[in-house]
Parts: sequence; structure tokens; C-alpha cells
Amino acid sequence: MSYIANTDLQRRQMLATCGVKSIGDLFADIPESLRPRSFRLPQGRSELETFAYFEKLANQNYSHLTCFVGGGFYDHFIPAAVDALVSRSEFYTAYTPYQPELSQGMLQAIYEYQTGICRLTGLDVSNASLYDGGTALYEACQMAVSATGRRKVIMDGGVNPIYRKMLYSYTANLSIEFVETPVVHGQSDRNRVFEALDGRTAAVLLQNPNFFGVIDDHSDIVKKAHELGIIAIQSVYPVALSLLKTPGEQGFDIATGEGQSLGIPLSFGGPYLGFIAAKKALVRKMPGRIVARTVDTAGRSGFVLSLQAREQHIRREKATSNICTNEALCALRAHLYLSLLGREGLKSVAQLCFDKAHYAKERIKTIPGVKVMESSPTFNEFTVKLPIDAGECVGRMVELGFAAGFPLGRYYPGMENYLLVAVTEKRTKYEIGQLAEALEAVTCR
Amino acid sequence: MTTPTNLKYSKTHEWVKIEGTDATVGITQHAQEALGDITFVDFPKTGTNVKKEGSAGVIESVKAASDIYSPLAGKVAEINEGLETAPESINSDPYGSGWIFKLTNINAAEAAGLMDAAAYDAFVESGK
Amino acid sequence: MQIIFEKSVPERHGVSLPCSDVPARHTVAEKYRRKTDAALCELSELDVVRHFTALSRRNYGVDTNFYPLGSCTMKYNPKITEKIAGLTGFSALHPLLPQLRRGGMLTQGALAVLYELEQLLCEILGMDAFTVHPLAGAHGELTGMMLIAAYHRDKGNRKTEILIPDEAHGTNPSSAAIAGFSVRSVPTDPDTGVLDTNTLEAMIGEQTAGIMMTNPNTLGLFNPQIARIAELAHRYDAQLYYDGANLNAILGKFRPGDADFDIVHVNLHKTFATPHGGGGPGAGPVGVRKHLEPFLPVSRITKRTDNTYALNYDFPKSIGYIAPFYGNFAVCLKAYAYILMLGGKGLIEASENAVLNANYVMHSLKNDYHIPYLKTCMHECVVSAKNQMKHGIHAIDIAKALIDRGFHPPTVYFPLIIKETMMIEPTETESKETLDAFIIAMKEIAAAAKETPDALHAAPQTTPVGRLDETKAAKDMDVNFTG
Repeated sequence: MSYIANTDLQRRQMLATCGVKSIGDLFADIPESLRPRSFRLPQGRSELETFAYFEKLANQNYSHLTCFVGGGFYDHFIPAAVDALVSRSEFYTAYTPYQPELSQGMLQAIYEYQTGICRLTGLDVSNASLYDGGTALYEACQMAVSATGRRKVIMDGGVNPIYRKMLYSYTANLSIEFVETPVVHGQSDRNRVFEALDGRTAAVLLQNPNFFGVIDDHSDIVKKAHELGIIAIQSVYPVALSLLKTPGEQGFDIATGEGQSLGIPLSFGGPYLGFIAAKKALVRKMPGRIVARTVDTAGRSGFVLSLQAREQHIRREKATSNICTNEALCALRAHLYLSLLGREGLKSVAQLCFDKAHYAKERIKTIPGVKVMESSPTFNEFTVKLPIDAGECVGRMVELGFAAGFPLGRYYPGMENYLLVAVTEKRTKYEIGQLAEALEAVTCR
Repeated sequence: MTTPTNLKYSKTHEWVKIEGTDATVGITQHAQEALGDITFVDFPKTGTNVKKEGSAGVIESVKAASDIYSPLAGKVAEINEGLETAPESINSDPYGSGWIFKLTNINAAEAAGLMDAAAYDAFVESGK
Repeated sequence: MQIIFEKSVPERHGVSLPCSDVPARHTVAEKYRRKTDAALCELSELDVVRHFTALSRRNYGVDTNFYPLGSCTMKYNPKITEKIAGLTGFSALHPLLPQLRRGGMLTQGALAVLYELEQLLCEILGMDAFTVHPLAGAHGELTGMMLIAAYHRDKGNRKTEILIPDEAHGTNPSSAAIAGFSVRSVPTDPDTGVLDTNTLEAMIGEQTAGIMMTNPNTLGLFNPQIARIAELAHRYDAQLYYDGANLNAILGKFRPGDADFDIVHVNLHKTFATPHGGGGPGAGPVGVRKHLEPFLPVSRITKRTDNTYALNYDFPKSIGYIAPFYGNFAVCLKAYAYILMLGGKGLIEASENAVLNANYVMHSLKNDYHIPYLKTCMHECVVSAKNQMKHGIHAIDIAKALIDRGFHPPTVYFPLIIKETMMIEPTETESKETLDAFIIAMKEIAAAAKETPDALHAAPQTTPVGRLDETKAAKDMDVNFTG
């Protein structure tokens, strides 16, 4: 298979224009001694053969399990129009809109996306996207470090453990000190957080709903943080934001999150969408591209990449981030999703998730020996204590057709019997009932 | 535009006007031309001490960003708040309303290493 | 065109959702609720479809126009790869499944894709091990810098500095700085257009942790001194980093591993034809030689003796997690499909034709434009608007005039070391007819620069908007529609 158009005759004509005899002459700068020692690659294949091979691979994956696994990444419904419009190749075969006159479509879409993120989070400014929720949280941390000139970060134990691991990796060579504070009864331990906040602290990182699915109002922590000049950062679940108190309402300076739940397929971990929003005062600390509305020479409204002076290609080693291109097509998906669902639709999705999760809680807590952790309110995910090892339980549930949840022992030592169960609007009452019955069979066996 | 003769100049294209132990700092005509339309000034914090040739803020234009280096050591006494809403003053009047910050507690003797207008013009002409 | 929020009509609904089939006995307590609804759009599905279709028509892509954006490798993106990524077995697969007990067995097909892609990349680049975790080219650079830091820390080396040629990609210095290194720029030799080894020798020392190279460089030139550079680097145990942004030039012709590069990153969205998505998602896998393998991010994928695949986290020297899961899986999947379709021979042909197309454009323009380095280029060529400047025409004017003639302009004003640059990367998938049309347009513009320069200043005329006021944009900061 090849996607080359030129014929041998055309190639000969072109070589003549270049004044060389053969294609080999064009590579004369590469010394013979540096030519590949090997290049053992498979023979090419046709489109038909290729597709058949990948169908076979796809069929080896258990994507058909009834999914109650969340952990920050959710099996939500994606309207068909999202896929249809994101497949317009005017969007997906374009690149970063360096030439604004040719890219008004993508630029306007990103401007609208930024607006949507601001409206969801209750903050003033957003950027054109980041890689994922974890890198977004890291970038927010760097914004805080840069804005405050301080190097200590307080991190709540309810922040997604995957993100916490990422933060440690990224800062291994930078002198940033992390202090983790615990979760008590599912929520941030106020005493410990207040104790940790001090005049050397750059940022406090919280998550809502947190990794255990628990919802909270962090206004008190933010207030205390601001008294000490600390930047308050909240990682959020965008679907839940249609119901829950926004980061803006709680006074947060920066909100970040994973946008996968906004119309982006699970796709085994990516590509996803990191979003970030902040108060206006922090806009020049914001990483990545930002689209702004302006006018052209004739006074017509149009859009450009703006505030580029703070970016890596101009600030070089002084830039606060090296992010350049990001996840524009995923941002387009999120914007399409939010536009199609709309004000009422997103609320309905959130309410369905909430109601179904609470129904699942009720069903599961009737199972003998199984305890649903209920000391704090939850959104669409909750913790269940099992009489057996949660990993073992999930393994057996797979045989019954369920991805029953995520065993917390993997990231929280000592919680080996705890299972994190997520419910989205896609799960039916019937499936929830089946899950409860299967759980009972597996745990009582 | 002629280079004012009552000022001193640094190789990083700042000017400084010395009045006793106080000084006013801005960027030169040449610097503003090179940057183009200026959109934002990130000022040093008032009350902080800056070093001679130390970083004292950033100037952003549409396509560039440039550090401001303080020509002298001193304490930042005042910043030009007018630039927050009208950063273009640096383009239109770099030696006047486009001043950036004022220093106190300077040591005028430190100015010995700075250029006068003629030397600065020659320096710009030499293309360094 | 109106902003989508301006089209909103109160109480209009788009997508329908199922009615709840469970009792609603609970509500979110008042103290946790938002006070007012998020002011999202209220539109019908058709309203939304029309809006986005209209937006798409205000956008150029590879599928609509020739897009010779230098350094970005805007080649044709085969449609079959989109179909493959859309298979439910891939698109609906939850990334936490393989982390369940014995969960690896639930995702064998997906793990096979990533493992086999890593193996192919090892062979294509001549490296010993690869990770597909980095989510973009810049993310690959950062990963590479983190690997260098981890390597030197493990050996007890106190090295603080990364050397970067001034013709390198602008992202390189910030990637090194963000990983905690100081950065020194190495000047290019103006006569040859490539890094001079004597200059490098004068700058390198015990403090040097690594050197970031792009070869062919951003001028489209291959540095034939690369073996000497590697030797110099390794004399000081500095790690030699290969920025794979320009890999499309050298497939099957040169492998960084054979020239003793220690680390490489590749941009799957460039060389391996995955769509650029209007600015992402991309993917920037990183390859290393044996001595750096222990530091690669976790998880790693291993193939067991029974030909099954497993995730492995047991690498105590690893730099840890750099992505939430296993990289941008769908992007990796498309690149893997592309490599399988082309095969070894197809990849070599891709580079050969990419290089031929670039040289053809360069030689066809040499009488009309200044060519700073008129010698064989690789997959892209750099031309300058120096000849046109005397008529008051700059690279940006030529770019805008190309727009009116139906072409996406080349990269302009980069690399920075040449004035008024235009960096043209045609890619291998463009036909001679397309290149000829582009060449004619460029010649017309060169002629117009002499005869009717004012007309060029007024370009573009054919687009929905003309040149935009970027100063106003930066000052007003209207980045969130509040009207």
C-alpha cells in the first residue's frame, strides 16, 4: 500500500529539474558508514488485509463488559452528531491555526469551547486544551509556583492517585515539596489541611467529586488559602459541574479536569482532553494556546491565537510550560457534546448518573456482608466494602460479564477489600440489578 | 527620534535617568521598535530590591517577549501604572510617558559602566 | 458568523436522553449545588450541525488544499485508519481494565497494538526500547529530558546543562528548562547551515548533561558530522537526543541509533500520517538505547513466552507516570496501521518522494527567490523573501498572497536564524501537478512583488476575514464570550 501519486516518468522529470541522476543522489549527505545496519520491517499490505487484521485484534478486547469502572474515566453516551461532525476532515486534517484567515472555523470553535469551559467552571479564562486531566493539574501547579514564587504544594488524598503519581514524576528534578493530607470519612481532613497551609505554600490541590466519588464544598479551605496568599486549585468532573457548586463559586483560582466524559471515547486511555480555567489575573501564567476574538482590517470580527508571547516558541527556556500543540480535536468533541446536550441536557445526564448511582447503592447495600460507605454524599461513584478481596471479586465478576468496579487496594494500601463503583446514564435499572445479584453470588460463595 | 543626552543607557537597551539617589528606568526607542506593538508589561514588585543587570520584569508584544534588566541596583519605589491600560505609550513615547519603574537607594557611581547617548547610538549602529 | 451562544433559544433541546428507570429518592444537598445553571447552548440538533458544518467550511485542511507547512509534515491521512480506530473493541475499551487482576487478558488486542508498534519503532529508529506514553512531540522531549536527569542522578553525575543548536525547534529549550536543566544555545555555522563540531567542542564539558539535535535540522539540512558529535557527547557521558520532528526525510536511509544517539522522540502525527486534528491530538513516543531502558516511564508492556502481553510496573529506576495510561492509544493505533500498510519498502519510498518533492520545489524557485543554502535539501526547503524585501514585500505578504491562490502557506519566520524565511515541506503524497501549481503561484507572487506590491499587501481577499489585528487581540483579551 502506498499513498504516493507521482509516476516513474514524473520522478525522472523532477530529478532532471534538480540536476541529479537518481534519488540516491539526494541522500548523498548521509555518510555510507551511517546507513542503516538493518531495516527489517514487514511487507506492506492492502487496506482490506489491514482492516481484517485489526478487526481480529479489536475482537480480543473485552469492551463488551457491562462497565461500572470509573476512576475519573467514564462510559458516557456520545451523540452520533459528535462523531459525524468531528469527522469533517476540514477540522481533523488541519493543523494548529497559524494562518488565522484559513482557520477561522477551528479558531471560532476553540473560542466557543473556552467560553463553555468558563461557564461550566464559573471562572474567567480558559485555554485551547491540554493533554489530559493529570498534565492539566501539573500545569496548574506550575502556574501557582510561578505566580507565588513559592515551592510547597499541599495535595489532598482525594486527588486521583494517578494524577498524584504524575505530579511526582514531573517534579522529580525540580525542588518542589509536596505535602499530602488525608481523607477522613471520604472528605478532605480540614484539620490536617489547615495545619499544612502556611506562608511557604504555593498551592493547595483538591478534587471534587474526589477519587472516592465524594462531593464536598471546599470554600472554607479556599478562604484560608487566600489569607496566606496561596493559589487554590480544584480538579473537577465536568459532567458533575452542571449540578455541583462550581470552582468559581467556591473561590478557586484555577480549575482543571479531564474532559473525556464530554463526548470523547474511552479508547484505552487516549487521546483525552485536559481542560483548565482560571481567574483573569492568572491568564498570562496559563500554558498552551489561547484563542482571542479581534477584528480584521475591514472591521470584521475574527479569531486569532493570542498571548503567544508567553509561549515556548518565543520565551524558549523562560516559558513556564513547553506545551505547544494540544488536543484541539478533543476540545472540538467536548464543545460539540456540550452544544448538543445543552443547558438542560447536561443537567439531565448528571441527574441520571446521580440517580442511578444512588439506586445502585441501595441495591448493593442489601447484600449480606457488603457495606456501602455512606458517611459523605457522593455523585455517581461510591465505595463498597466487600467481605472478600476486591481484586478477587472483580476477577470473578468478569466471568459473569461485568467490569464491576475498580479495586482501591491498587492505589490505597490497606483498602484491599474496597471497591470503587461508577454508574453512568448508560447503565439501566436491569443492569444494576444484575450487578447486585452477581456481586451477591460472588461475595457469598 | 534623537537619543536624549540626559540619560544613561545599558547594552540591553534600557535607559536610566539619575536624580540623586533616585532613578527612572525605561526601554529605548531602538528596543521598542524591535519589539513592535507592546501589549503588556509585567512590572517588578514595588518594595523589592533589584540587582544591577538583574531581571526586573518582562515586556510583551504581539510576537515577542523581552526581559527588562535593571541598569542599576536599587529598591523599586514606583511602577508606571498608566502602562497597565496603555502599554502602547512605550511605543509612542519611550523616553517620556513610557517610563517603566522608579528606583530609590541607588548608588550613582554604578552608572559609570553605562553608555551616554552618543556611545549608545554607536552601539546600536554597530548592530550588537 | 455568529457565536454559537448567540444562536441559543431558551428551552430549545438538542439530543434526547432516556427517561430515568430508577426511583429518584435522593438529591444533591443545597450546600453542594451550583446556584445558577451553566449557560450552555439551547439548540436543536440541526442548529448544531449547521453551525459546525459552517465552521468546517471556514477551515483549510490537507483534504481541502495543499498544505506545505514546514516542519509539520502535513501528508495525506489515510481514511482506513479512522475506521480502525472507530472499532468498538478499541474505542469503548476502558483503560483501567488491564489494571484489574488478570485484567491483561481482557485487553490482549490493545496491548498487542502498543507492543508491536514499539517493536517496529525500535527497528525504524535503530533503538533498543520504546515507550508510547508521551502524548505529543513536546511531551516526548520532556520525557527524554526527564530520562537524562534520571540517568545522571542514578550514576551520581552532577550535570546541569543541555546544549541546543540555535536551529533547533523552539520547544527544545523550554522542554529542557522545565525538566530542571539550564540551557545553552550553540550557534550554527552560517556557511554550512549546520552545527559546527569545533564550536560544540569548545562548549561541551563535564557540566553537559545532554545535547538536543534535530537532524536533518530546521533548515532541511543533514549534518554529515553527526558521528563526531556523538563521539564528543559520549566523551563527557552527555546523552545525545534526537528530535524526530524531521524523521520523514530519512526512513530507511538513516537510523539515529546507528549514529549512537541515546534518545529519540518521534511525532506519529507527522511521519506516520495520523491526523493533526487542528492542533492535536498527536503522540510522541520515545526510544532509548539499552543503558536508558531502566528509566523509561511505567507501565511497560512485555510479551510473555506464550505470546500473550502483560503490563509491567516493576522498574524501580523508572521516572514513573508521565501519562495517565498508555499514551494516546488511538493515535498509536492509527500509526501502527499506517506502518503495517506501507511496510519497509513503502516507508523508504515515502522518504524518497518527500525529499524529491522538496528538492523539486526548491530548484524550481531558485530564480525567483533567495535560497540561503542552495544544495540538496532533505524533506523540506528554506527559501527567503530577501529579494522581495526591496519592494517592501515580506514573507508574511507572500504567505497571504498564497492563500488567495488556494494554498496553505509554508511556515514563515522560522527558523529564526534566517531572515524572512519560508519553510516549505511538500510531503511525499503530493503530486507533481500540485507542486507545479504551487510553483507557478510562487512565481506569480514574485513577479507581483516587483510590479504590484500594493496588491500583495492587501491579501488575502478570498477568505472570510482579512488580516486580523493581533495587537488588539492581545490587549483586549476577549477569550471568553460574555456578550
